[in-house]
Amino acid sequence: MEGMGRFIIRRLVGMIAVLFAISVLVFLIFNVIPNSDPALRIGGKNANQQLIDRINKDWGFNDPLPEQYVTLMKKTFSGDLVSYQNQRNVIDQIKKGIPVTFSLCIGAAIIWFLLGVVFGYLSAIRAGRATDRALTILALIGISLPVFWLGEMLLYYVANKAGLFPVGDYVKFSEDPLQWANHLILPWFTLAVLYIGFYSRLLRSNMLDVMDEDYVRTARAKGLPERQVRLKHVLRNSLIPIITLFGLDFGAVIGGGAILTETVYNLPGVGLYAGQSVASLDLPPLIAVTIFGAFFIVLLNTIVDIVYAYLDPRIRLGTQAA
Amino acid sequence: MSPSKPAQPEPLLSVDDLRVQFNTEDGVVHAADGVSFDLRPGEILGIVGESGSGKSVTAQTLMGLTRSPNATITGSVRFHGTDLVAAGEEQLQSIRGREISMIFQDPMTSLNPVYRVGDQIVEQIEAHKEIDKQDGKDRAAELLASVGIPNAKERVNNYPYEFSGGMRQRAMIAMALALEPRILIADEPTTALDVTIQAQIMALIQSLNEERGLGVILITHDLGVIAEVADRVVVMYAGQIVEEGSLDDIFYDPQHPYTWGLLGSLTRLDQPPPDRLPQIAGAPPSLLAPPPGCRFRPRCPHAFAKCTEPPELEERVGASGHADRCWLDPSDKRELREVEGRIGLEAPRAGEPV
Repeated sequence: MEGMGRFIIRRLVGMIAVLFAISVLVFLIFNVIPNSDPALRIGGKNANQQLIDRINKDWGFNDPLPEQYVTLMKKTFSGDLVSYQNQRNVIDQIKKGIPVTFSLCIGAAIIWFLLGVVFGYLSAIRAGRATDRALTILALIGISLPVFWLGEMLLYYVANKAGLFPVGDYVKFSEDPLQWANHLILPWFTLAVLYIGFYSRLLRSNMLDVMDEDYVRTARAKGLPERQVRLKHVLRNSLIPIITLFGLDFGAVIGGGAILTETVYNLPGVGLYAGQSVASLDLPPLIAVTIFGAFFIVLLNTIVDIVYAYLDPRIRLGTQAA
Repeated sequence: MSPSKPAQPEPLLSVDDLRVQFNTEDGVVHAADGVSFDLRPGEILGIVGESGSGKSVTAQTLMGLTRSPNATITGSVRFHGTDLVAAGEEQLQSIRGREISMIFQDPMTSLNPVYRVGDQIVEQIEAHKEIDKQDGKDRAAELLASVGIPNAKERVNNYPYEFSGGMRQRAMIAMALALEPRILIADEPTTALDVTIQAQIMALIQSLNEERGLGVILITHDLGVIAEVADRVVVMYAGQIVEEGSLDDIFYDPQHPYTWGLLGSLTRLDQPPPDRLPQIAGAPPSLLAPPPGCRFRPRCPHAFAKCTEPPELEERVGASGHADRCWLDPSDKRELREVEGRIGLEAPRAGEPV
C-alpha cells in the first residue's frame, strides 16, 4: 500500500485543477459570453436602472476579466451571493437544501446499489432461466420509467389513493426520524428505480463475462464451494466497474440528477431550488448551484479513483508502470 | 523412461469410454468420443493433439470442470474407487485441489488479479483444511520457495501482475501442490511461456514427479515437450485416441499416419532446414459431423477402401500397451514410413522433397 499515499495526493491535486477549470467555465458561461448586459441578466426581469448600476459596481463588470473572475469567486465562497429577485442569500438557501438533497440521494443510492447488486447477482447465476428472464423484464421496465411519470403515479395511487405514504414534503431527521423515512420512501424508490435496472443489467453481464475467466476455473479447480467461487472470485471482480459507475452516478444525482424527484415530491432540496431558479431565470443561484453540483461530481470522481485503486491493485502502478 | 516399474501396478486414474458431447444450435459436438486411458502411479502421461482434438475437454472433464448445461458426459473416470463422472459436486470439491490438481495454459490469466499470490495459495489450503493466518502465509512462502521463486517470504505479498509469466506458472504449480495431491493435470502448461521458461517449468514438473511420485497428465500440442518428460503418450485426433504407447513406441515406432504427420511436422535442429515447413495437409474435421470410418481418412495419404469402416483402438504390433486405430497392415507401415521420409526420429533421406 505504499503507493497509495502518493496516488491519493496525485488525485487530489488533479481534483483541484479540475475544479478550478470548472469555475472558470462557469464564470465564462454566465458572465462573459456576450449576448446582453450581464448585469441585466443577473438583475432579473424586474430590475430597475438603480439595481443594474449597483450590480455593475458590485460584480465589477467594468474591471478586466481576471478581476471579474476573482470577484465572482469571492462572492460565491464568502457567502454574500444574493438573488436580486427575492433578496435571499443564495448560499443560505443551498445550505438549507443540502440535508434534504443528501437524505434523498444517500438513501436512494443505498437502495439502488443493494438491489442492483442482488438482482444482478441472481440474474447472472440463473442466466437463461425464469428468474433471469423475470428480472430482465423488470429491469427494462425500471429503466424505461421516467421519474416525473413514476413519481406522479406513486403519489397519486400509493400516497393519495391508498394512503400508504404521505403525499410529498419533507420532515427533518432531527425532528422525527420515523416520519423522515416515511416521507422519503417513495422519493427514494422513484429516484432509485432507473439505477436498479441499469446496475442489475450491468452486473449481470459483467458476471457472465467474469465467469468465463481462467481464474474462475482455477478457483473451481481448487475445490472451492461454488458459493465461494461466485462471491469471492466472480462477484468481487465484477463489482469493480459497478463501483466506478456508482460513484459517478451518486455524484451526478447530488449535483443535479435529483431535480425532478425533488420537484415531484416537493422536497426543498438543492435540486428544487435549482429548478425554481431556472424557471425564474435567477442567475446568482444558478451560478452557485452549478459550482455546487460540479464540486460533488468531481469529488465523487476522485473518491472513485481512490477506491478503484484499492480494489484493483493494478491501477496503483499508474505512471510507474508506463 | 522410469526404470524398473512393477509390471502392471494398479492405475491411479482410469478413464473408460469417456464421452463429452455439447448440444449446440448447429448440432451435437462430440468433443471427446470414447476416450479410455490409465494413469499409473508416478507416471507422466502425455496427451498430444492439435487444437480441437478434445484433449483439453477431456482433461477438464476428469475433474468435473466441464460445466456447460449443454454438455452430456458419459463413461467413467475411476479414482480410488470413485467414479468422478457420476460423483456429486460436493464429492468432486473434496477431490479437486486435494487429490487432483490442475494447472492451465495461460498463467497470465489463471490467477485472480485482485488477490495477493500468497492469499490465493492460502485459499487453496483453506479450501480443504483449517489453517491459521500466519501458518498459511508461512506455508505459502515455503511452497513458493519450493518451486524456485526467490525471496518467497516477500513475494507472497505480491499481486499476480508483479510476477512474470514464468513465475506465475510456478505460483500456479505451488498452489496446485499445496495439499500434496496425487495427480497433477497440466493443460498446456508451457504454451504461453518463452522457450527458456518452458524448459524450466517442465524440469520442475519432472522433478516433482520423480521426488514425490506425483502422477502427471500432461496435455500439449508440443511433441518436443512430450519427448523430454513423458513416460507414455496418448495421441488424440478429432475426439478420439488414435495411438497410445510408451514414449519409445510413439517416437521410434509410430503406427498411425496421423502420428507420422505430427512427428514429420517437427522442425529439427540437427537437420538442414527444409525449404517449406512440413505440415499435415488439410484441416481437422468438424466435431459436429466427423467423417465416417477412420476420422483421419480425408487427410491420410495412405487411405484405402477399408478406411471407410471405423477402426478400433487395438494392439496391432504385439507390443504390450502400444495400440493404434489404423487399418493398415503393421508390416506395411515401416515401408510407408520410409517412403514418407521425415518420420519419427529416423534420419530423413538426403534430397527427399518434403
